[in-house]
Amino acid sequence: MANTHKVAFKLNGRPVEVTVEPRELLIHTLRERLQQTGPHIGCETSHCGACTVDIDRMSVKSCTLLTVQCQGAEVLTIEGFEQGGRLHALQEAFTEEHALQCGYCTPGMITRAYRLLQEIPDPSEEEIRYWMAGNLCRCTGYQNIVKAVRSAAGKLAAKAA
Amino acid sequence: MIPRPFEYHAPASLPEALSLLNRYGDEAKLLAGGHSLLPMMKLRFAAPSHLIDLGRIGDLKGIRQVGDEIHIGAMTTENELIWSKLLAEKVPLLVEGARQISDPQVRYKGTIGGDISHGDPGNDHPALMLALGASFVASDAKGERVVPADGFFLGLYATGLQPGEIMTQIRIPIPAAGTGWCYAKLKRKTGDFAAAAAAVLLRLKGGSVEQASIALTNVGSTPLKARQAEDCLRGKRLDDAAIAQATRLAMAICEPAADQRGDAEYKTAMAGEMTRRALHTALSRAR
Repeated sequence: MANTHKVAFKLNGRPVEVTVEPRELLIHTLRERLQQTGPHIGCETSHCGACTVDIDRMSVKSCTLLTVQCQGAEVLTIEGFEQGGRLHALQEAFTEEHALQCGYCTPGMITRAYRLLQEIPDPSEEEIRYWMAGNLCRCTGYQNIVKAVRSAAGKLAAKAA
Repeated sequence: MIPRPFEYHAPASLPEALSLLNRYGDEAKLLAGGHSLLPMMKLRFAAPSHLIDLGRIGDLKGIRQVGDEIHIGAMTTENELIWSKLLAEKVPLLVEGARQISDPQVRYKGTIGGDISHGDPGNDHPALMLALGASFVASDAKGERVVPADGFFLGLYATGLQPGEIMTQIRIPIPAAGTGWCYAKLKRKTGDFAAAAAAVLLRLKGGSVEQASIALTNVGSTPLKARQAEDCLRGKRLDDAAIAQATRLAMAICEPAADQRGDAEYKTAMAGEMTRRALHTALSRAR
């Protein structure tokens, strides 16, 4: 194929390399070439946050990023959260607090909440609502999502202590 | 939604970026945070043949104080503005404005230079820059020039940047200690552009207004400096009557385009209300 670029980055800790056209969006590379189908395609217009992934310590909507921009990056998707057969505290908390109904927004919600808790380890409800505002839940289950993020913050603090 | 095919360039230095821009001219677009340009390319409203990614040029990032100015690299992200201790202390208006831009994910990628050079009257930094009396550094192959924000915004997607120029830095004079500030923005929902917004800086002397700076977002084809409203406040006590008069004068210069956010009358009224609120808040913060 003419006009393609080799792009190497880390995906959930593993080095990967893909050959893509410059116009390929990261969400398509992740889902179609690298079989990471956790990040979802929701609105495709950078509004809904279902495609959120973590790139170099930033929450990013992968429908609004070119794969070629990710050369050398560290990318984390929901697939990278479980460690050694154990769910991440956020995944546990989302289950316990019934923070998902249809589940479509959940990978984006958890990935975004992960970065939020790295930056603000003990956020108030107001802070959670402000810093999670880029993720929409079409079931409108926000109440329990906020509870789950609070609960996960507690679990992570207990683990760190 | 996939953009039309294009060639991608990721220069590592400003001279390299400028030489690519010279080579490809009109066929090229500069990629900053990409959260205005990529959506337009996905919708195929924009179809550049060459995309020049400024994301690898480290020199274009950073916030620092130089004398009585703050210098901000054009590729500094909204999130970096929000968390900057220097800005929180010296230019809190900019932090308050950046916090109201779009949503967290967009703010990790979106840049101050991209927001300004896009020339979209819905963007928030242009009015903030007018209120702050900022200036911009535009670089080309021959060197650089400094352009005041006042006069830079020419129309819808039209700015004073010349072909072959890249905006590299934003320079903001540090407001005098005790200056009150506020960015009041009305938006229908997170992520939307303003229905109307007002940026205000307010300096008091002996209980009266020494200087007021008022600029409006998204109520014209460019951000608007409400000069008559500013002038009418000079030397006055900022009581309800003075605020009401300034609000009327600010509304008089609004020429908003009707869209799904409201008709012209509504948006003009909201620009007035945002001006009123911003003046009140700025007053409460002024010393």
